Amino acid sequence: MSLVARHLEAHGIPTVVIGSARDIVEQCGVPRFVFTDFPLGNPCGRPYDADMQRTIVGTALDLLETARFSRTTIQTPFRWDAGGEWRASYMRLSEEAAPA
Amino acid sequence: MNDFDPAHRGFVSYIDKSREFYLARGYGNPYRWASFTDTPFRPPAKPLRECRVGAVTTAARSVEDAKSYTVYAAATDPAPAALYTRHLSWHKQATHTDDVETFLPLGRLAESAAAGRIGSVSPRFYGVKTDYSARRTMQKYAPAVLDWCREDGVDAALLVAL
Repeated sequence: MSLVARHLEAHGIPTVVIGSARDIVEQCGVPRFVFTDFPLGNPCGRPYDADMQRTIVGTALDLLETARFSRTTIQTPFRWDAGGEWRASYMRLSEEAAPA
Repeated sequence: MNDFDPAHRGFVSYIDKSREFYLARGYGNPYRWASFTDTPFRPPAKPLRECRVGAVTTAARSVEDAKSYTVYAAATDPAPAALYTRHLSWHKQATHTDDVETFLPLGRLAESAAAGRIGSVSPRFYGVKTDYSARRTMQKYAPAVLDWCREDGVDAALLVAL
């Protein structure tokens, strides 16, 4: 997805990426990036939380207008839960099953 | 209080996680992620309230579609009630993708258009398969999305990877 953003931008279409895999997006390098520190799957906001989704999408629209440099990242303030167990449970090495 | 282990990065490093995961399973040739030093930048040519915004997703239209799609364009009105995502890598134990707005926010964009924040939503959204081949993505899929965006008069694009 980052590669598509780069291609559109290089051909005259400004882009903003919304995502939760910060290192992958930033290592590729995109013009504008809105990062939410959530489990992969809901980068535009928690399911059925329209207010949060409005804030995240609105932040992305704002960034289209306000970014002054390429590789501008904004992190939204949202947290998935208090414990953060989801961080360890994704691709946990003790699991024998194939990656989800 | 932190919700992460301060011995690690605060955000999850998927590059580290996937490399270690596959190394532990005997795959000794780690994936080389797309990495660039230069990044293009093009400010919008007109105010956002006059811009037509197009959305790009990695999701498939259906379970059948997931077996064969590479890129597609599909109508945004009505927005799809569901898209197929099981073939993609996301945290299936922690969450779900039943609410399409969490990864393809066409409803939120339509609200932004109705409120005058953007000019309009493109009549089509664009789907791109997540492909391990950066070459295919850059040489085949991205140019197809660019062509569709131009056909649809898209002025700015919002891209969401699951």
